[in-house]
Amino acid sequence: MTALAHSTQTGIDNRKFGMWVLIASECFLFGTLITNFLIHKASILPGTPGGQQVFDIEITTWSTFDLLMSSVAMVLALDACRRRDLFQFRLWTAVVVLGGLVFLGFQYYEFSHFLHNDFGFTTSLFASSFYLLTGCHGLHVLVGTLWLGTIFVTSLVRGDRWFNADVVETAGLYWHFVDVVWIVIFTVVYLYIYL
Amino acid sequence: MATYLPKTGVISWLTTVDHKRIGILYAASAFFFLAFGGIEALLMRTQLLLPNMTFLSAEVYNGLVTMHGTTMIFLFLMPLIAAFFNFLIPLMIGAADVAYPRMNALSFWVFLFGGLLLNYSFIAGQVPQVGWFAYANLTSKVFTPDHSVDFWILGIQVVGLASLISSINFFVTIVNMRCKGMSLLKMPIFIWASLVTQILLFLSLPVITVALIMIATDRTFGTGFFDPGVGGSVVMWQHLFWIFGHPEVYILILPAMGMVSEIIPVFSRKPLFGYPVMVYSVSAIGFLGFAVWAHHMFTTGLGAWATAFFSFATMLIAVPTGVKIFNWIGTMWGGQIRFTTANLFAISFVCMFTIGGLSGIMHASPPIDYHQHDTYFVVAHFHYVLYGGAVMGIFGGVYYWFPKFFGRMLSECLGKWQFWLYMIGFNMTFFPMHFLGLQGMPRRNFTYAPDQGWELWNVVSSLGAYITAMGGLVFLVNVIYAFWKGKRAPADPWDGRTLEWSLTSPPPEYNFAVAPEVSQVDDWWYKKYKPVSSSGSGQLEKVEDPPYQPDVEDPSSIHLPNQSFWPIVLAMGITVIASAFFFPVSGLYVAGTGILITLIASYGWSYETP
Repeated sequence: MTALAHSTQTGIDNRKFGMWVLIASECFLFGTLITNFLIHKASILPGTPGGQQVFDIEITTWSTFDLLMSSVAMVLALDACRRRDLFQFRLWTAVVVLGGLVFLGFQYYEFSHFLHNDFGFTTSLFASSFYLLTGCHGLHVLVGTLWLGTIFVTSLVRGDRWFNADVVETAGLYWHFVDVVWIVIFTVVYLYIYL
Repeated sequence: MATYLPKTGVISWLTTVDHKRIGILYAASAFFFLAFGGIEALLMRTQLLLPNMTFLSAEVYNGLVTMHGTTMIFLFLMPLIAAFFNFLIPLMIGAADVAYPRMNALSFWVFLFGGLLLNYSFIAGQVPQVGWFAYANLTSKVFTPDHSVDFWILGIQVVGLASLISSINFFVTIVNMRCKGMSLLKMPIFIWASLVTQILLFLSLPVITVALIMIATDRTFGTGFFDPGVGGSVVMWQHLFWIFGHPEVYILILPAMGMVSEIIPVFSRKPLFGYPVMVYSVSAIGFLGFAVWAHHMFTTGLGAWATAFFSFATMLIAVPTGVKIFNWIGTMWGGQIRFTTANLFAISFVCMFTIGGLSGIMHASPPIDYHQHDTYFVVAHFHYVLYGGAVMGIFGGVYYWFPKFFGRMLSECLGKWQFWLYMIGFNMTFFPMHFLGLQGMPRRNFTYAPDQGWELWNVVSSLGAYITAMGGLVFLVNVIYAFWKGKRAPADPWDGRTLEWSLTSPPPEYNFAVAPEVSQVDDWWYKKYKPVSSSGSGQLEKVEDPPYQPDVEDPSSIHLPNQSFWPIVLAMGITVIASAFFFPVSGLYVAGTGILITLIASYGWSYETP
């Protein structure tokens, strides 16, 4: 290719820049879902449980802590990748993936607990909006876990030959964004009802 | 892996990642779907030719209304615009390709499969009958028990995904891949219009994505987001739809404005009047486009404050739009105007869009809107904007850039026939709708009574539609003739101003052999024309030997992105997941298959050498 293909006008790698644009788009996706939840947060049919009856704030706090710590591990993984420290890179990437899996485990437990307490997808609009929002977020965590898991496996297979810091940073941007969204969800969905 | 894939033949088109070929694929699909949308329109106009016609049943008519709007917007205008984005953005900014060539192929295939999924409803005999806006609760299981609405939801969802992918791609391409010296305010104005359009796309599409998921869960799992019986709201759908739907209108019109802003200066032999002001106007329209959605909903009773706000914001949009219209006139003023077909279409854009804009300001006033809502006046308005505006402007672009796309000239004679048939047919069809609307004829009704005084204008309107259809046929003949016997196009047939005209027609696969460098707006023009004297008289003289892009001796020495099968496979996976909704019993297995294909394609994609 001619020389123009490899340097960019802004100096930012195309993939990283594309991720920032995707994040802008995702803000509107989650913005719509969160607004929908806020509109319906009081739409609880008589005789069906509301947030205060089913939420277990302690468990959700732990899963929030887990997700935030995985973001710290993400930062360390990227730093190790830049330093070309294979052991630390693998270690911290594995921690991120583990953090994602633990979060998904918490969510699975939480959802099945709710279902046992007659709090299903169609119980009330409050419940529907709750599941739509947290489910969509969970799907994002799943995609991120798969992505970072793939990076981990690639590192195992290719070893020293693979330190693509731009790819790791792009995945990291996504992962941090998914965390930030969770902080908003945790505040708006879980903490808000205790105010 | 893909270096051995052939460069010609069907396989080369299925695996291509070349932005120019993808642009051509987009354009071909758009005109394919135009045939559907156009025939739907002609059938409707035939049904409305005379009162109490029984040419179509009410059900069929409702289906045609829905599919005509949906097809023309999502399957004709958007992909045709995407064709221009694909072909022109890298050439105009002096880049080798878009930022993500394989993503570009993916978005085309996703779009095509989504469009076919939507139109499969005709074969399945379950045509959506809910309008292109699919208002709740027409879409509920109660009012639409069959799968027709599912076709609509999933088709739009898949097509929307294609637009989202391509919008991110083009945004990054424009910001990141500009050639040396092309700062933001030295970009061609079409690139500015494209940039703002991409922002509108990637910010508005997620909203409709969520809204479509909400209808899907309402229908499939029995949630009640749009069911007032359990506390849901039908007006909520209207908000969500129009938060997407109004920016969507600007998504359709801004690129056409950009094209017209390129065509008029070339055929007036003058620089665009007020280039920076044009840039600010485009940006202002894009920004305000997000603050006016509820003007589609005045009659739902929003309350005084909301009504006042949205009315004011809507009227505000007239300011940057008016600025643009005066700038186009200012560009033509005192110029040496050449009335080529491309320029005729561009000038007609300015005129027709002004008429549509004026009736738009009338709707911005709530008391007037209450009277006009759901009448043919509204139909007249948005056809003047989207047809007299967007379509006419884009046809200008077709005539202007066709030589660059295919290396052949379209016939000017046939082109002018098409232009006048379109111009006369269009105005005959839609101008009388203003009268019909003010006389109270409601939209979307499949027939009308003979004692209403609406006969005359309906006949005129239908005859106009047939004249337009003839214009469409002339265009088809023109294209076939151009491929068969058309004149070979030189590199720069119109004496253009932007970088794509420094390339051969059609451009080589690698685009630029020498990385271009620009120092001002319309840089190519000033490479061709130099001042006569240094005294600053402003007079320009054509240089002997303009610096056209040279040919490369050995094109294989230039590394290009490899062709790939994965985009089309991934697009299939996504479409299979979407179609799982049509299998009530085995849906999970279908979805599982789709997810499997998607995963395999994603991994194949990630691990192949691009």
